[in-house]
Amino acid sequence: MSAINSNIPEGDVTTKWTKFKSSVALVNPSNKRTLEVIVVGSGLAGASAAATLAEMGYKVKCFCFQDSPRRAHSIAAQGGINAAKNYQNDGDSTYRLFYDTIKGGDYRSREANVYRLAEVSANIIDQCVAQGVPLAREYGGLLDNRSFGGTQVQRTFYAAGQTGQQLLLGAYSALERQIGMGKVEMFTRHEMLEVVKIDGKARGIIARNLITGELERHFGHAVVLGTGGYGNVFYLSTNAMGSNVTAAWKANKQGAFFANPCYTQIHPTCIPVSGDHQSKLTLMSESLRNDGRIWVPKKKDDTRKASEIPEDERDYYLERRYPAFGNLVPRDVASRAAKERCDAGYGVGSSKLAVYLDFKANTERYGRIEASKAGNHHPDKETCMRLGLAVIKEKYGNLFDMYAQITGENPYETPMRIYPAVHYTMGGLWVDYNLMTTVPGLYCAGEANFSDHGANRLGASALMQGLADGYFVLPYTIGQYLSKEISVKAIPTDHPAFAEAEARAKGILDHFINIKGTKSVDHFHKKLGLIMWEKCGMARNAEGLKSAIAEIQQLKKDFWSDVRVPGSADEYNPELEKAGRVADFIELGELMCMDALNREESCGGHFREEHQTEEGEALRDDENFAYVAAWENKGDGTFELHKEELKFENIKIAQRSYK
Amino acid sequence: MSTGNMNLTLKVWRQKNTQDKGKMVDYKVADISPDMSFLEMFDVLNEDLITKGDDPIVFDHDCREGICGMCSMFINGRPHGPKDAVTTCQLHMRSFKDGDTIVVEPWRAKAFPVIKDLTVDRSAFDRVIAAGGFISVNTGNAQDANNLPIPKSQADAAFEAAACIGCGACVATCKNASAMLFVSAKISQLALLPQGQPERYKRVQNMVAQMDAEGFGNCTNTGACEAECPKGISLENIARMNRDYYSAKFISEEEG
Repeated sequence: MSAINSNIPEGDVTTKWTKFKSSVALVNPSNKRTLEVIVVGSGLAGASAAATLAEMGYKVKCFCFQDSPRRAHSIAAQGGINAAKNYQNDGDSTYRLFYDTIKGGDYRSREANVYRLAEVSANIIDQCVAQGVPLAREYGGLLDNRSFGGTQVQRTFYAAGQTGQQLLLGAYSALERQIGMGKVEMFTRHEMLEVVKIDGKARGIIARNLITGELERHFGHAVVLGTGGYGNVFYLSTNAMGSNVTAAWKANKQGAFFANPCYTQIHPTCIPVSGDHQSKLTLMSESLRNDGRIWVPKKKDDTRKASEIPEDERDYYLERRYPAFGNLVPRDVASRAAKERCDAGYGVGSSKLAVYLDFKANTERYGRIEASKAGNHHPDKETCMRLGLAVIKEKYGNLFDMYAQITGENPYETPMRIYPAVHYTMGGLWVDYNLMTTVPGLYCAGEANFSDHGANRLGASALMQGLADGYFVLPYTIGQYLSKEISVKAIPTDHPAFAEAEARAKGILDHFINIKGTKSVDHFHKKLGLIMWEKCGMARNAEGLKSAIAEIQQLKKDFWSDVRVPGSADEYNPELEKAGRVADFIELGELMCMDALNREESCGGHFREEHQTEEGEALRDDENFAYVAAWENKGDGTFELHKEELKFENIKIAQRSYK
Repeated sequence: MSTGNMNLTLKVWRQKNTQDKGKMVDYKVADISPDMSFLEMFDVLNEDLITKGDDPIVFDHDCREGICGMCSMFINGRPHGPKDAVTTCQLHMRSFKDGDTIVVEPWRAKAFPVIKDLTVDRSAFDRVIAAGGFISVNTGNAQDANNLPIPKSQADAAFEAAACIGCGACVATCKNASAMLFVSAKISQLALLPQGQPERYKRVQNMVAQMDAEGFGNCTNTGACEAECPKGISLENIARMNRDYYSAKFISEEEG
């Protein structure tokens, strides 16, 4: 085990970033024109980084596996984006956003990074509005805010239930503008399969043209991965079908440490699983918890319809257990509380693995306000409900429609049934303050890195981090590295390192085609997902994790000897793409279990059953585990643990309480 | 493995690559659950084809929650199938009956060549956006967001236009394969906002020129695009685009 250097600048946390920006080495415009940067991924982090780097004058190549950069999964984010603007005059500040994020992450993130994130959050909103992103507004024409979990201020900006879509289309527009000007070369339907290293530095990638199957070599003075999270290791998650860990995993194999892989976020409000056929799960935005109250019946195995259960026989368990934050506790807390009730036999619906999210009380409240605005100060209940439904529809219409479409039930009439589902991964490639991995010249931004959310991410902070990294952080920090690369001429791609990397990628593809086994890729993926969900999901214990590791090792053997990939490697072949991704998920799954086993404490989304308070809350062990676990891939399924000690100089580390 | 009891006949377009002529092929699927999405029904069929040693059907899809715009099937003569205001991934099998025959084709338009089976190339949309679907503001140049109040009605109208997911259903359903609804949605979003004014007339000319260059057809006011749009993008956007386009002609002539 050895220590790793996070390269945090000296000085007070409030001035580190300003000082860094003023003293970082610069690259002059004529040198920028000859420096090439590869950006893999076109989500919020990738698209904003690619566009900004090109605006600054660098030569940029951007890659995505979808048919257009606008499809990246950031588009599906619903609820909002946080920023410390204090537009609501409710006492928000950079420090408070910083504090909430550190606390929400259960004191397992790096102070300096989080402070910087809070600092640039306000710039993101300014930038997006300037781009024409239509964020929600009040009647006075100013921007509106709403509440999200884990905070007591309203700092979340939004665009109905389509915030991610609108922010991504903003970044996509900026990217397309640079593509139109010839400053970014865009490669759609391309998947990165290898990192190319020359003399220890990242110097390019091998990408597969998914239409022709051709392997391509691309040089870059630096490589940026903005390739998203690895939630699909669970097979069922709220991620898009194509979301994968392959780019990050290949980087790990080339020496980039993978940090805190066991930190996964299980989101409390998703539509429950309905059957074996299910291919993905759908989130119902956290913003619904602004106006929805979560409850289960007080009676066990109650089979009555929700509407038949009287008020005093309902258990609003979040309000009961956490009076200060109520329905707006952080996601990990809300998810575990739902699991606790269902495990105890109070779940609802046919599977009994669901709780109610009920809008009735707030619908009536809104209706009363609307009636009062219209001069009716004593409205009857029916009037309140009618007027209130219109308000609810304006706020959440698209989410309610989506719910009705998927479940066949009308959420305006009956409460929604919800259950936790895998949603986000806080772990990712280890990066220093500059967002550089342990491979020089290889950077990682957005959900793909581990940096800002500790053991639990607060709602509306993923969009904030993706855009902070891409617009405001990486374009500065990468200059530090590139300023020393100005004398390096573009390396021709007939260099042996490119040939070797291409051969590695080709070997794996050919192997899959040649196995000609009996079971589809999905068969193995579903099996992996089940192991992960049951043994490395919302609750974990040593025994379960050990057996999960053994099961995954067996699954890996079976996969590599019995998977059936139809067609060939030199054509458009989605099954072949999936095979490569699932192979990497299997290896990552094993590492996640190892990491979860190593972390003998509970923190945020990582809940070890052996480590809990009497009230069933997560029990941290700050003396022994206040560190980032960064795993070095030593080949053949072996990993070496490196630790980055976390120092809390500005926030007093404490037991997290939302009571 | 499926859990339902619907048995269906599918007639699906199979085409090996862009050069191949392509043809309709019949498939049977059994035990389909009404709770499955249309794409999950295709997953069942593909699993079956793989097990039998056949080539699975290639189709575009990603988020499966109706927002990425990637899925694109022409089902029984309608883009995204029989239900209004949903994408194919959000279409569920309860919209069909046991024993139905369902015809599934790719988007068909000159500007969207078929890549394989049900997958088409929609990169023409990206090139139209690259021609002007943006506000030219580099990172770091923005003023405080609340320095520019925008009336709520105007912001809401811009948002409605911005809800377009770029799926191409409008092109697929149009007898002229026109992209006017898509192009006008972006033009409207930016034309409705104060930030979009400086480039308003240059934008409409550049985007329309690129749209024409890509081989999309013209608009003959049929309105099929609006009827089939999964996000309810309004025809009013096309009217606004046309107004701006003709205004731009006069303005540039005066300026020229």
